[in-house]
Amino acid sequence: MTDLTRLSLKALRDGLAAKEFTALEATDAYVAAIEAGNDKLNAYVAVTADQAREMAKASDARIAKGEAGTLEGVPLGIKDLFATKGVHTQAASHILDGFKPEYESTVTANLWRDGAVMLGKLNMDEFAMGSSNETSYYGPVINPWRGESDNKDLVPGGSSGGSASAVAAWLCAGATATDTGGSIRQPAAFTGTVGIKPTYGRCSRWGTVAFASSLDQAGPIARTVEDSALMLQSMSGFDEKDSTSVDVAVPDFAAAVERGVKGLTIGVPAEYRMDGMPEEIEKLWTQGLEWLKAEGATVKDISLPHTKYALPAYYIVAPAEASSNLARYDGVKYGLRVSGKDITDLYELTRAEGFGREVKRRVMIGTYVLSAGYYDAYYVRAQKVRTLIKRDFEDAFNAGVDAILTPATPSAAFGIADQDMATDPVKMYLNDIFTVTVNMAGLPGIAVPAGKDGQGLPLGLQLIGKPFDEETLFAAARVIEKSAALDLAPAKWW
Amino acid sequence: MSVDADTVRRIGRLARIRITEDEVASYEGELNAILGFVEQLDEVNVEGVEPMTSVTPMVLRRREDKVTDGGYADRIVANAPISEDNFFMVPKVVE
Repeated sequence: MTDLTRLSLKALRDGLAAKEFTALEATDAYVAAIEAGNDKLNAYVAVTADQAREMAKASDARIAKGEAGTLEGVPLGIKDLFATKGVHTQAASHILDGFKPEYESTVTANLWRDGAVMLGKLNMDEFAMGSSNETSYYGPVINPWRGESDNKDLVPGGSSGGSASAVAAWLCAGATATDTGGSIRQPAAFTGTVGIKPTYGRCSRWGTVAFASSLDQAGPIARTVEDSALMLQSMSGFDEKDSTSVDVAVPDFAAAVERGVKGLTIGVPAEYRMDGMPEEIEKLWTQGLEWLKAEGATVKDISLPHTKYALPAYYIVAPAEASSNLARYDGVKYGLRVSGKDITDLYELTRAEGFGREVKRRVMIGTYVLSAGYYDAYYVRAQKVRTLIKRDFEDAFNAGVDAILTPATPSAAFGIADQDMATDPVKMYLNDIFTVTVNMAGLPGIAVPAGKDGQGLPLGLQLIGKPFDEETLFAAARVIEKSAALDLAPAKWW
Repeated sequence: MSVDADTVRRIGRLARIRITEDEVASYEGELNAILGFVEQLDEVNVEGVEPMTSVTPMVLRRREDKVTDGGYADRIVANAPISEDNFFMVPKVVE
């Protein structure tokens, strides 16, 4: 029998519907793959095998009755940031020790409504703060990809590192992820997978542990463009429980995948050509443009003049919102509690022990920029710069650009415990240089594998779209996926 | 702008995170690295620019002011480290 874990989500779903195999067989295959490989990859922080088998049996019953949903019987991994009723939900933080929500996030509820099966909860950077998955309380996730010349462990990117690693290593058919500054797209690029951050407001944030509420969006990481479209379809939709959820119809994303790019205008922003950009990234970008042109798109040089200010503005806005959102972790309502002589002592000791270093650093930055006397100089100024960043994109779209092509990351995956990054927090932040603008402007962005570096490691390109035009991104990403025709199976060592 | 050791201690108190004396110097360095990085925003002319309040052009929805949920205090305190009779327990606050 074929290895069911190697099928695309689409092929798996279709095979299930055609009764070529059962949902229980598919789930068992994935559970076995997790049991065999997770010790080495550390992608899952909780495996819900019994629950998965029960869900799979229910899927088989629905398939038998002809009542299959759009993701019926498809085994998925869920980022630890999504509240899952009665199941480990700790944002990979010590401070949420033992937290098992009494409720289900809207995004995951949508997936279960459509018949998907939960395999477990996926590792991530603590509270989604990080670009290497090394800030997790549960330890780093390992990238299934390795350079051709050595066996060095590489990071899968972050913060959705567990999601990306699990998808690339066939430990789930697809995974939920979240993206505040690049946390879906950067790990997708580092692992040869496809990740889309939809337009802000497309997916409900209800029941997703909040990091920076004006930037956070959920989205999928999957092995193909079509798989990511199928997953996003299910995850999306208006939700009255999220006041920023937008009440617009969700198009048939999968139907847009093969639409092509004929007649589209693709923008190439001059400001993304950074000083010292590696030649292979430059080449990849040019190649991507050639592929789109060959399929009938027009390429247009554009300018997004405030690009370089997106990352510094982000490091004011995101920590400010985080310091406010994370105020709820106080040792009283849930999770870790460290006793103190009075209530202030209890708060301070609990938060000192419960939060990791990166989270504390960001909460402190956020507290500082919001404090009396600094609010206007930092926070208000950053929000003004954000208006300018959004305006840059609006100008480009108004001038006839349908989508924008950029590199997804400045490099391929780097090593675990990279010394350069460890000594300077800003170096790690630069990973998000191409992705963070998209969150600041609330736009959709997709990362798609487009090539490999000199070590055989995957490299991704990013497409940025107009608000609520994810369809164009799927169509253009599919052209890149098809033209690149990469072998995206990492050599198995785990 | 940059922070000194006293400011680090003050931010720690505001953020309700206990900072030990041997951590102060390293936080000071890290916070200043980040503040140095964001300083480049000072070059941007933001004269007459409205600060962003909503990334999507939308008005916050309103709904009728009525109770639509609740009535399960036991579930609210279910994850509390210490609770009693559906109350969260904390050290004595008022003498």
